[in-house]
This record gives sequence, C-alpha cells and structure tokens, in this order.
Amino acid sequence: MSKILEIKDLTIHYVTDDEVVKAVNDISITLEEGESLGLVGETGAGKTTTAMGILGLVPNPPGKIIGGEVIYKGKNLLKLSEAEMRKIRGHEISMIFQDPMTALNPVLTVGDQIMEVIRLHQKVSKAEAMKRAMDMMEMVGIEGGRCNEYPHQFSGGMKQRIVIAIALACNPSLLIADEPTTALDVTIQAQVLDLIDNLKKKFNTSLLLITHDLGVVAEVCDKVAIVYAGRIVEYGNLESIYNNPKHPYTNGLFGSIPDFSKKAHRLNPIRGLMPDPSNLPEGCAFAERCPNATDECRKRQPPVVEVEPGHSVRCLMFEKEGR
Amino acid sequence: MGKDKKETSAIRGKKKSQFRNIMRRFMKNQTAVFGLVVIVVLLIFALFPAQLSNPDYTIQDLANRYAGPSAQHFLGTDELGRDMYTRIVWGCRTSLAIGLASVGIACAIGVTLGTLAGYFGGILDNVLMRIVDVLMAVPNLLLGISIVAALGNSISVLIFAIALGNIAAFARVTRSSVITVRDTEYVEAARATGASDGRIMWKYVLPNALAPIIVQVTTSLAGNILNISGLSFVGLGVPAPTPEWGSMLSNARSIMRDYPLQIVFPGIAIMLTVFAFNLFGDGLRDALDPRLKN
Repeated sequence: MSKILEIKDLTIHYVTDDEVVKAVNDISITLEEGESLGLVGETGAGKTTTAMGILGLVPNPPGKIIGGEVIYKGKNLLKLSEAEMRKIRGHEISMIFQDPMTALNPVLTVGDQIMEVIRLHQKVSKAEAMKRAMDMMEMVGIEGGRCNEYPHQFSGGMKQRIVIAIALACNPSLLIADEPTTALDVTIQAQVLDLIDNLKKKFNTSLLLITHDLGVVAEVCDKVAIVYAGRIVEYGNLESIYNNPKHPYTNGLFGSIPDFSKKAHRLNPIRGLMPDPSNLPEGCAFAERCPNATDECRKRQPPVVEVEPGHSVRCLMFEKEGR
Repeated sequence: MGKDKKETSAIRGKKKSQFRNIMRRFMKNQTAVFGLVVIVVLLIFALFPAQLSNPDYTIQDLANRYAGPSAQHFLGTDELGRDMYTRIVWGCRTSLAIGLASVGIACAIGVTLGTLAGYFGGILDNVLMRIVDVLMAVPNLLLGISIVAALGNSISVLIFAIALGNIAAFARVTRSSVITVRDTEYVEAARATGASDGRIMWKYVLPNALAPIIVQVTTSLAGNILNISGLSFVGLGVPAPTPEWGSMLSNARSIMRDYPLQIVFPGIAIMLTVFAFNLFGDGLRDALDPRLKN
C-alpha cells in the first residue's frame, strides 16, 4: 500500500472584517490506497472545510488557507494552479455532497450530468460517454434507461445514487463523502453505505468519510479521526478507538449513543456547546466541557501523544504516558 | 457530430429530444399558444407585406383624407389619404424588426454583463454594476434622443439607441438571478467535478437563472415598441415615409378628437403585439422548466 493522501498541519481560517473564524487548525491525516478514514465531529467542527481545502474549493474570500500541505500522490495540491486543480477534481479526487436534493442540476437529465463529468476528463465521443453513464447508473442500482429523466423524478435515495455515480464516473483514486447519508432516512442510509463500500472495494478507491455518526464510521472505515473545534483530538485505527477511546470528548461521544441493552430515561449528552471558532480558548478547546479538566488544560494547548502504535490523542491526561 | 448524435440517441433509447419535450409542454398552455399564433401572424405580415397589402405604402389620396373604413380602404386613410391597412401591415415589419433587434442586442450584452458580475462578484461586479448604474441614471428617452441626435436618424442608430437603454435592466435582472443560483449546492458540486467557470455559467447557472430573463425579454420588447413611438413623438423616430406604428400614433395625436380611429388601429396593433409576446414569454418560461412537466 502506498500513501495516497497526506495532510500536514492544514490550517484554514475565514477572515472577515470583524473576526477570524478558525475553522481548521493543524489538521494532519494520512490515507493509504484503498483505505477509508472517518472524519468524525459535531456540526461546525471544520470537517467540510477540511474537505473543501483538499479540493481547493474553500470560498476565497473569506476563506484563507493559512498553512500546511495537502500532498496527493506526491504533489502538494495547495501549490497547483487552478487549471491543474480542475484536472484533479472529479477525475482523481471526487466528492459526494451531503444533500442529494440540491446537489443535482434541476434542468439537466441525470444521464447528461453523469456524461458531463466523463466528457470533462476523458476524450470520448458523446455516444461512448452516454454508454458509460448508463453503465454507471446500473452500477449504483438504477436502470440505465432512466438516463433521460430529470432529478426531480427520482427519490432522495436514488438521487444520492446518481450523485455517487457522478463522483465515481471517472474512477477516482480518492473519494470524499461529506455526510453522504445525513439527508437520507435510515433504511436508505444502510443501502447507500453498502453501495459506497462495495464500489470502493471494487475500484480500490480511498475514502474520506465525513460524518457525525459513529455507527456509520464503524460500518465503513478503517481509521478514525475525531475532530473538535477544528483540531483532531484523537486519531487511530477503528478498533483501537472504538475499544479503547482515550480522549474525554471521544468518550463523551460514545457515551451519548443510546444503549439498547440498558433502560435509560435520558440520554447522556456532553454538557455545553462547542466554543465559538472565532474565539477559541488559549488552552484545550474542550476544557470547558471536559469532566477531567484542570487549570493547566485551560492554559496551554495539549500536544499530540501517541498512546499506542497508530493511536494518538491530543490531551494533557496522557502526556506522561506518551512516548 | 451528426453521426455521434445518432449513435448517442441509439444508446439512450427512445429519448424524446429536449426540444420536443418543451414543445409538448408549451402546446398544453392554451394562452401561450394563442400568443404564438398571433406572433406567427405578425411575422407573416412582416415578411410579406407587399403580397398581403398594397406594395406601395406611400400612395396618397388627398381627396380622401381621414376617411373611415370603407371597401376600398378598410381601415380608412390617414392625414395624407394613405391607406391605413397598408401602413399598418408595412409598419409591422419596422416595429417588429426594431423591437426584436433592440431586445436581442440589449439581452445579449445585458445578460453577459449580469452573469459575469453575479457569478464572479467582487471588484468585477462593482465595476460592471457601476457602469450599469450610469446607464440607469439616464432616462431611456433622453438617452435615445441624444444618441439619435448625435449619430443621425436611421434605423440602425435607432435600434442601437433603444438597445442601450435596455442593457441596464437585463444586467440587473440577470445578476440577481445568477447570485441566487451561484450559491446552490449543484454549482458547488459541478465545481467539485472539475468544471471550469465558463462551463458552470453556461450549463448550470444560466439555464437555472433563465426564468426572470425571459420575462424581461417580453416586457422589454413591449416597452421598446412603445419607445420607438416615443422617439417618433419628438421627431427622432423612424424617418418618414417609412410606416411605423409609433409614429402613426403620434401623427394622429393632434387630430384624435375628430378622428379617433386614427389612433385606434395602430394602438390595437401595438397592444396585440405586446400582449402576444407577453403570453408567449410566460408560456415559454413555464415550458422550459422541467420540474413543471405534465
């Protein structure tokens, strides 16, 4: 296996006249070929901004990439020109969007939309592209004959399949899925996840899955990165994080999942709210909500500590244990 | 390309072409079809005036001025004894040509400016929209008068003068419509597939921003036909003796109390044209939206 994507210390801020929103701070992740990584965090943690940063689509202004590197197959994407990035988007790295209801152009037939991306990146005739588009539709489980229909004629789950077909049409090496199942109902969620998982294995595509659903991550991912206030607070492979969660935030996340084996009257949420990203505290961003917080936590930024091979935590509690 | 298209449709199966779909939806809308019929009739008049009326619209019959409808002149005659029907039929050509050409030019320039300004925003938006503001600050008629006065009184100058006054409206309408479409998720998704700005504007933004532009086309067309008459009113319209509805109206203005029919017939012609284009435009806007199928 070879490294397909390596993000080093990526920092993205939204700079406006009256404030600086620190959306992404020093995020570092690596992704091997064929591997899937789950980026987990609550709303506003900077997950989508990270994804946009990889694709070079952070709206500028106000978005600014302050520092870091996004190395894809040895190239730093942040240094590429817009024209070079266009060749990578949709062809080498594609993205599945959160809401299939709005991610398709309402005035083009779905066949034409899949064809668009194929013709954009590969020099094939219209007929050939159409054939491939219909093959893609069959692959995501929609009759190819429906290629002349418009997005509004499909249900939400079907639309998400079309979005997946568009994303995979050029057989990308990396697929970024931004909460692909959030807008779907539960029965369809499982289908769509299975579909993504199967296609990923079939094409040996790497997957960066953005979600706030730990169940989804458990089903699909090999590695997990827990994001809080724009920082990765815990990072490791699936088993070590699920069996041995270290960071109090990760514990809190697991704690707030209802347990069906026990009768509980109330769920167990993490108290408080995420800090305002335009006004992050000096120390650990989670300190205000953390049950184990000490005065030191509020004073300095905890370092990244490797608690076991391939499992790292950003918390002062483990500073001494670390190597 | 033709072969490719054939192959594509062979693969797609019984694909109804986009055009036929639009036609089918349009044909269901009876008022719009009525508008289309009127437009077709007007176009026939505009294309074959000599066959449908007297080939010479300047023949004067001074003994028969201001005549009412009769077998010989069935819409009567004007202040020089010229046949009204002939002049209205020939005027159709002038009015439609100037109206369509000026709207076409204004639409092309205005939509381009509006799309660029709305899509890119920022400095470009500011610069383009300030230019548009300047255009807007000058009343259309005044702008027309000054251009015609400066460049001379000919049909092409007239078209240019009227078009110039319309650019601002098109640019504004397009810009606001483009801004709402620009921030939709499917535009972002298109960008994530590697589409260039030009392609996104052409395939994603414009088709979705079209509805208000079509409405603007039909209202501008109506307004422009009236604008020509406004210029004719101050004597800067179509040079005599070319017949034109607006100038016919303004010629008859002074004697409308005595011979009301003199303004009724050209008035009806203008009204019918404007009405037909409005109905047609409304129908077209609905037919172009695939979500309103069936």
